Parts: sequence; C-alpha cells; structure tokens
Amino acid sequence: MEMRAVYAACLAELMEKDKRVLVLDADLAKASGTLGLYEKFPKQMFDCGVAEQNMASIAAGLSSYGFKPWIETFTPFATRRICDQIAISVAYAKQNVKIVGTDPGIAAELNGGTHMSLEDIGVLRSIPGMVIFEPVDDVQLRAAMPVLDAYEGPVYVRLFRKELPTVFGPDYKFDLFKADAIRQGKDLSIFVSGLLTADAVEAAERLAAEGVDAELINIHTIKPIDRETVLASARKTGAVLTVENHNIVGGLHSAVLEALAAERIPVCAVGVEDRFGEVGKLPYLRQAMGLTVENIVAGAKKALSLK
Amino acid sequence: MNYDLREICKDIRCDIMTSIGHLGVGHIGGCLSVVEALAVLYFKEMNIDPKRPQMPGRDRFVCSKGHAGPAVYATLANRGYFDKKELLTLNQGGTNLPSHCDMNRTPGVDMTTGSLGQGFSCAVGVALGAKLADDGATVYAMIGDGESQEGQIWEAAMFAAAKKLDNLIAFTDYNKQQIDGTVAEVNDIAPLAEKWAAFGWNVIDVEDGNDIEQVEQAVEHAKLGRDSGMPTMIILNTLKGCGVQWIVDLGSGNHNTNISEEQAAAAVREIRGED
Repeated sequence: MEMRAVYAACLAELMEKDKRVLVLDADLAKASGTLGLYEKFPKQMFDCGVAEQNMASIAAGLSSYGFKPWIETFTPFATRRICDQIAISVAYAKQNVKIVGTDPGIAAELNGGTHMSLEDIGVLRSIPGMVIFEPVDDVQLRAAMPVLDAYEGPVYVRLFRKELPTVFGPDYKFDLFKADAIRQGKDLSIFVSGLLTADAVEAAERLAAEGVDAELINIHTIKPIDRETVLASARKTGAVLTVENHNIVGGLHSAVLEALAAERIPVCAVGVEDRFGEVGKLPYLRQAMGLTVENIVAGAKKALSLK
Repeated sequence: MNYDLREICKDIRCDIMTSIGHLGVGHIGGCLSVVEALAVLYFKEMNIDPKRPQMPGRDRFVCSKGHAGPAVYATLANRGYFDKKELLTLNQGGTNLPSHCDMNRTPGVDMTTGSLGQGFSCAVGVALGAKLADDGATVYAMIGDGESQEGQIWEAAMFAAAKKLDNLIAFTDYNKQQIDGTVAEVNDIAPLAEKWAAFGWNVIDVEDGNDIEQVEQAVEHAKLGRDSGMPTMIILNTLKGCGVQWIVDLGSGNHNTNISEEQAAAAVREIRGED
C-alpha cells in the first residue's frame, strides 16, 4: 500500500473522531493523496492554493483557536520555503501544527534538483521545539499517526509518498521518542532513517554473510534523537555508520555525531555528500548520490576498519 | 461602560512615552500612530474581559506590525489586563512585555508577531477558526504600510476574500514612513485602497486615522458588513509619531528612536496639553 494512502486513511480516521483536526493544502492535495477527503470533510479541509507561507501561518492561527491543523506539501516547500513561518508563527509561538513534507530527498525523482530537498532536516533541526519524524513503512506510519495527533506541539513528518518495503511486523509497538532496533549485533552500529532502511536491512544481511555482526537501528525520530539508544549501541559495538536520504550536513549524521561527540568512536556516513539533487529515477539517483546497498556495505567496512 | 476615548488615547500615549523613555529606545513612531485604533477596539468595540484574557468566543486582536507592542501593552494595562507599573519592565531581561508581541508572555495578547506579514496570515487563520467554531467572534488585525510590501500579506488577503471571512476587520496603519525613507520612495504600495478592493475586500478609507470619531465610525461601518461575505480593510491615514511633535518631525527617523526620560516627561506634558 502506498504511504500516502495509509497517511490519508489515518487522517480520515482522525478527522472523523475529532472535528478539531484540520488539513491544509497548498495545491498538492492530489499528490499527498488527500484530495478525495475534501468531499467527506468540507469543514475540515482547506486548500490555500500555491501560498505555503500563508498556509503555515494560517495553521498557527487556527491552532491558537484550539484546532489541530496539519499542513502538507512537497518537502522543499514544507521546510526551506516556509522556514521563518515554521520558526516564528508555529514553533516560537508554541502552536500545535503538524507539517508534512512529501517526496523527501531523492524521492523527488522526476521533479529534479529544484524539488529535491536534501537539507530539510537540517533546516528544521535547529529550530527549538521541533520534532522531526521520518516513517519507514506503512506499519510504522499507521502506528505513528494517532501518536502525532495526540502530541501537542510542532512535528515535521518527512513522508515518502509511494510504496515502501515493509520493515516492521504486525506486533510493532511505536514510541515517538524511542528508536527501534531492527537487528541486534556486536561489531558495529548502523543508524538509518527513512527510505534507506530496507536497504540497510539488506546490507546488514550481506555483512552477516561475510561474518560481520551489525546492529541495525531505525532512527524514526531524528529530533529529539534517542540519545540513550544511540549511546548504548555505539558504546557496545565501538563503530558507527549513519545512513540517510539527506545531506550528511545537518541531518541524521550530524544528529548522531552530536550525540556521540564526547565518545571515542568512529562514525562514518552514507548520505548525500553536500551537493544538490538532480533529475532521474530512484535507481539512477541512488547510484549518483552514493545511496546503494553496496555503499552501505562499504561504509560499514570503513567504520569497522577505524575501530 | 462608556469611556472618554480622547482621554484614553492621551493615557495610552503617555504610557507609551513613559515606558519607552524609561528604557531609552524603542519603536515610538509606529506606536503613536495606532493609538486611536487600539482605543476604539479595546475600550469600545471588542467583546473582551480583562479578568479572563483567554475567554472563549472573545473578539481577538492581532497586531501584525508586532513592533507596536509597547502601544498594545499600554492599551492592555489601561484596560486592566495587568498593573500599569509593569509597563516600566518593557524590554528588560525577563519581562512579560518584549518589544514584539508574544501571546505566551503577555495577558491579552492574542498572537505572537514580529516577523512582518506572518501575523496577518495568523489573523486570517484565527478568523477561519472563529467561523468554524461559529462563536460569533470578530477578529481584528493591524498591519503596517511598510509591512504591506511583504508578499505574505497579499497571500492572506486573497485567501480571506476567497473564503469569505467577513468576521475579519483589518487596519492598515498608513503613516507613509518606513525605516529607509517614505513608503513612496522605498517601494510604493499606492494605490492602496484600489489594491484591497481588487483583492475582494470591502475598503474603508479613513482620512484621518488619528481622529477618534473617524476611527469609531469606520469600525461601526465595518461591523455592518458582518454578513457581507467580504472581509474589511480600514485604511487609516495616520501620522507616524502622532501626539509628540519632535517625534513627528524625525520623519522616517522615528521608527526606532533613542529617547531620554526627560524627553519622555516633556512628551507626556505635551500630550496632556500642559506645556
């Protein structure tokens, strides 16, 4: 099932249960998978047109009135375009707005470099009070939506729109502030977020076949990062690799480095090496940006060699 | 209760001068130009209760030109939201009265503002919220003329008209001055009334926005449009620094001005007509 279909179904449930839940679009409801909800929830869904700044501040105004607005658009417009509105109207003013950015990083594919946000986590991570959440599969997203609704405060949801391989099983329990160990290991820790999680699972299996016992942890919430889990795993294994569909400047790699700053543990990165995106399909972009399973295996070996 | 709005305006102006004078620097010009509008709203038109600043269904005011915070605080203090002595804490470390309006710090402030353009969109969101809640609240907003150069103002203007937010009454403090010069010189916003009309707003052009009767009449007139399906923009042709001649004479230099306590005291005498 496509992630946006899960997301839209969850939003519909939330709106059904609570009239205060509102959804605001900036002319991308179709892309977000929520256009079909307008008919059923005419008093809870509002299209602001191509005016993201206005959308963000309107959401803050609605929040001040006791509503629970979600705003959604493509990732670059949901973050760098409206950075000041998120910082001031939403975060500084302590308003309860959920911000959903779709097509993060290389997921922008054929929209190319202008739409390929590889800096969105970095942009928002430095704003006090922001929670940054990136779901990895339909199971986690489904579990997260009611939790995000119940959480009072700004959350940025970095949402891949299309289908993703399922990582978590039916018994999965979600905690917004707790990272999930996917695989226990003793030789090195791989911390992964978002789109590349399934690739990291495959990389860990290949490493295991070569005799390397990797611990794999999904960091679904990049801010505030689960320091306790990151520190415990890194101290146990003594080597770290971060894997992300984002610039290695400002994203998961930076967040992990901050958590491990006082430790004498090598930390290597698989991520975009401080460059802009470009047009292409996912297989090409994975190659061009160095985000393949082979890159993850090689990154893990490099981290191991530095122990 | 009927207030003598002319006297209220004097009180607010004196408190602006005293609080900024105590600090030594502040946004004096753009505080003095909006006093009549604040007096009419808080002492006549708005359904509010200073003892219950969070009262559900109350009318709201968003000062999108957030740097007029000291004028809002002087108004709120005179209306009984907090002790007037607190005005002397303006902009001191740890104060509840920061230079720009903060809804999480000051009782009676309905929205955090300061990054120009954003407050107006927030006000539009508040007006939409009031419509959805169907509680009859009227939402008032004040924007600056320089602020009207922000693109976000016009995004909000378009949306408010498209969504028929006739519970929204906005003011433009058209004092014709901004930091780098006159608005006409820097980046002219004229013809302003025509712009708002073209965006689908009911427009009321007030010849003298520092004349209490003209402002009262404009707000009364705007309230008649409550079911018109159109938001209302009241353009207040004001004088930046109104009430204190040397501030007025600074022109665009009065946006953020140094002032001594002696100068503030002299200004208070001038406002009271004691000189």
